[in-house]
Amino acid sequence: MKLLLTIALTLLRAKLRQSIVAAVGVMFSITMFVALLGFMNGLNDLLDGLILNRTPHVRLYNELQASPKQPIDVDYEEHVGTDFPPTHHFVRSVKPKDDLPRLRNAEAIMQAMERDPRVMAVSPRLVAQVFFNVGTVDLNGQVNGIDVVQEIRHYRFADYLTQGDPHDLATGNNTIVLGKGLADMMAADIGETVQVTTAAGDRALLRVVGIFQSGIADYDKVQCYANIKTVQKLLARPGSYYTDINLKLHDLTAAPAMARELAARFKVDAVDVQTANAQFETGSDVRSIISYAVGVVLLIVAGFGIYNILNMMIYEKLDAIAILKATGFSGSDVRRIFLLLSMIIGLVGGVTGLLGGFTMQTVIDNVPFETAALPTTKTFPIDYDPKYYIIAVSFALLTTWIAGWFPARKAAQVDPVEIIRGK
Amino acid sequence: MSGSPNILDVEKVNKSFHDPVTVPVLKDVSFSVRSGEFVSITGKSGCGKSTLLYILSTMDTEYEGDVVIDGERTQGLGGERLAAIRNEKIGFVFQFHYLLPEFSVLHNVMLPGLKLGRKSAAEVEADAMARLKELEMDGQALKMANQLSGGQKQRVAIARALINDPLIIMGDEPTGNLDKRNAEIVFGIFQHIAAEHRRSLLIVTHDPDFAARTDRNIVMDDGRIVS
Repeated sequence: MKLLLTIALTLLRAKLRQSIVAAVGVMFSITMFVALLGFMNGLNDLLDGLILNRTPHVRLYNELQASPKQPIDVDYEEHVGTDFPPTHHFVRSVKPKDDLPRLRNAEAIMQAMERDPRVMAVSPRLVAQVFFNVGTVDLNGQVNGIDVVQEIRHYRFADYLTQGDPHDLATGNNTIVLGKGLADMMAADIGETVQVTTAAGDRALLRVVGIFQSGIADYDKVQCYANIKTVQKLLARPGSYYTDINLKLHDLTAAPAMARELAARFKVDAVDVQTANAQFETGSDVRSIISYAVGVVLLIVAGFGIYNILNMMIYEKLDAIAILKATGFSGSDVRRIFLLLSMIIGLVGGVTGLLGGFTMQTVIDNVPFETAALPTTKTFPIDYDPKYYIIAVSFALLTTWIAGWFPARKAAQVDPVEIIRGK
Repeated sequence: MSGSPNILDVEKVNKSFHDPVTVPVLKDVSFSVRSGEFVSITGKSGCGKSTLLYILSTMDTEYEGDVVIDGERTQGLGGERLAAIRNEKIGFVFQFHYLLPEFSVLHNVMLPGLKLGRKSAAEVEADAMARLKELEMDGQALKMANQLSGGQKQRVAIARALINDPLIIMGDEPTGNLDKRNAEIVFGIFQHIAAEHRRSLLIVTHDPDFAARTDRNIVMDDGRIVS
């Protein structure tokens, strides 16, 4: 094998310029492949992150809805099969039952979830509808009472604060972080106080400690955040009053099954992130498919380049093939020589292509990209996942192997007698 | 080594070309070559002498009859085994030198030895140098093959044929492309190989002087051995 490699390398050196052209073809396609996939997946992660970073994998809540079993249904069931058979009845305009939107038994659920090995983080929320009183105008708003420390750790809360320190929200009482749109409408700045009125009519003054920008403008016009204790006080509810429990799981894909399980177990409503945001996966998949397709096409083109150059080389080297066979090299030895030649081109092109791809990714990663929608993004996103490098190199080797195989097979079949007698 | 004194036995070899019509080129050819024998094959152009040589060389496998090289029947053997026989037991010298221009003279001579793999690269190199020295080509060992003259190239090709100590050297008009002086040198080398190294030689030639000076001359005509 070492001998065959030496012969392959010598032939390669004799046709250095053509070999370099072939290798550059591979290099170029690998560079583009790696850069494209890194960039596309960087964008995918960024866009998915817009929602997924802040979306719990499973959200437990209590939806106020009409009781599925109205009292009269109970009456119906009780009379089936008795001496007084039930009669038909119609009830129109069924209303939701009179209930608080809180999660019953929230503390017990939280304790159970904290013990569950599948769960990474448990954080409660208390959502309150309020009005912000600005002069004579009342602005609609939604205050999310959060466990600030948990939200910073697991939902990147701090990333979306464009001004202020999130820890002020954790420590201070009667503090609030306003959405950017809402703050602009109220012309409220950090340190100022805003007046809120709850649905029950209670009023409170809250101090602004930060401005929040999610990247979704409509969201930022309504949402604001406060410490969960502050919201409980605002609503005059006890310390165990929560409307939501958010779960972050170790394995995102387990969310749908777990949501169903928890809904049945705790008799609450549960929604998983896949159901809530089905459109994101679709977009990501389509972008991935496009970038793979472009990369593979580039590689196939490079493969044709190698095929051509090898074919030409074999045609020029018929004499050499004939004498190698005459002096004891078998057909498969000759095939291996030309396959090796092709693989060397592929390997050199592939490895330099990886370096090129990494360089290009680094360049893209440093191109400024600032947009109001993405407050934490300063440059184009890149996913440096080594997976793409491995895929690229495997593709390069596979393509060059296939491109080399056909000419190599032809070389193996060369009849030395025909060549030698033809002289 | 086999017990038979014959290096090469040819028995009733027949061959026809089928394109475009079937034309028999070899008809019941039978002969033997003993160890150390210097045999030439002569005949008119188209009498089948080169065709016969390529059948004996194992490169042409489409024929009927038997070719036995060193006791091993070659008919029906696979490509790998035939390549191994060529590598180990047969040395070739063609009319054209067929040196690889990308390799140095020394490396050209070494290639079949490296393929055989029986000796280390250093030993093969020493052998190759010894062969080149014998042919007075050791001064050119590190030149590239295409820097030599025609006669020098043919001598290198002979050195290459000798590198694995083959049992038989086959030549297809090895002096055909050379001038009188170089042809004389090559003939001298062949004689030396037969006499000193006890190798068999089977040389196809159309040069009657060359043929007359070999141990035995096989004359062919129209696909048959006539004498």
